Amino acid sequence: MAKPMDQYKWHELTVGCVIEDVGNAMEYKTGDWRSSKPVSNREKCTKCGLCWLFCPDAAIHQTADGYYETDLDYCKGCGICARECKPAAIVMVEEER
Amino acid sequence: MKSLEKYTDTPDFEYATSGHRACQGCAEILALRLGLKVFGKDSIIAMATGCMEIISTPLPTTSWRLPWIHVAFENVAAVASGIESGIKILMEKGKIAKKDINIIAIAGDGGTTDIGLQALSGAMERGHDFTYICVDNEAYMNTGIQRSSSTPFGAMTTTSPPGKNSIGQKTQKKNMPKIAVAHNIPYVATACPSYPFDFLAKVKKAKETKGPAYIHVLSVCPTGWRIPSDQAIHYGRLAVRTGVFPLYEVENGHYRITYSPEPLQPVAEYLKGQGRFRHLTEDLIAQIQDRVNLDWQELKNYSETK
Repeated sequence: MAKPMDQYKWHELTVGCVIEDVGNAMEYKTGDWRSSKPVSNREKCTKCGLCWLFCPDAAIHQTADGYYETDLDYCKGCGICARECKPAAIVMVEEER
Repeated sequence: MKSLEKYTDTPDFEYATSGHRACQGCAEILALRLGLKVFGKDSIIAMATGCMEIISTPLPTTSWRLPWIHVAFENVAAVASGIESGIKILMEKGKIAKKDINIIAIAGDGGTTDIGLQALSGAMERGHDFTYICVDNEAYMNTGIQRSSSTPFGAMTTTSPPGKNSIGQKTQKKNMPKIAVAHNIPYVATACPSYPFDFLAKVKKAKETKGPAYIHVLSVCPTGWRIPSDQAIHYGRLAVRTGVFPLYEVENGHYRITYSPEPLQPVAEYLKGQGRFRHLTEDLIAQIQDRVNLDWQELKNYSETK
């Protein structure tokens, strides 16, 4: 993980603050913003992929067998997938930890 | 995922990665996530200050897997035209290999309709080969919901608060696509990520257009519009179905409505449930409805007389 910004010395920054490691925001897990998580029911799922299409966080991936799976490291729990799921295969469940 | 192959070679590659700090249910980053899939890897993005810049690149991390430059609020179109000219010269001199490189300028509604309008107007007039995407969430959301000239009539923002002497935003929303059309550029379109395939098709057309292309994307902002985060897609759909934000494209001056929502749903359907419109009285809603009908009729007239 790139260090938090306040631990950087001035001479450690690249010229123009260029970030050389593209897409390194992946190291920042947004999953802990969540208060409820999506749980999908594979019996109802038609593998249409609407949840994947509408996920603002790109947190939904297709598995080898064609179903879609949420990456809970990044899911912020907005609930768009549950609302847009036509066969209502996804429900939001309050998270306890 | 398969149905996206019509628009892009790499439907499952994310150019806007997870781990960005957008609010829950942000339709703006969704629009860019889908749009960049169409542009593909040979692209350079110039992005004005705004929500999308703030949430994607807090130093030392970035969400973009493309060459990306952050510029000030007012000059994103100027920077994009500079990149385009620079690349053209380098190719002519043989310093880089000749290929199609997509130059994309992205700004919010503040960076487009208010602060960046002059630079955008200049770039469109000079005819640079680039695509300008305006992600319109109808206020300055990243600084805490201040009104912009793209804020619709009657909406509550922190600088247009409703009360005894105020109805919220007093002026009508600036019709930015029409301003772009007035520059006689080859391609102008309005889109909304709630209609993803319509949006992707327009991005593809813009990418293939030689010369400036302008896409105005309505991106629902659950935080600023005061709606639950899971309804972002739903409200985008309502905006189109009520005629508040019609989907159309203008190719070389020819209007075409890409999705006709007729018969229009009453605009009250769209307004109710949004916290920013909850103070509106029946009178004001009727006023908004009249305006929507008028604009829709005007658009229909344009698209018929081609």
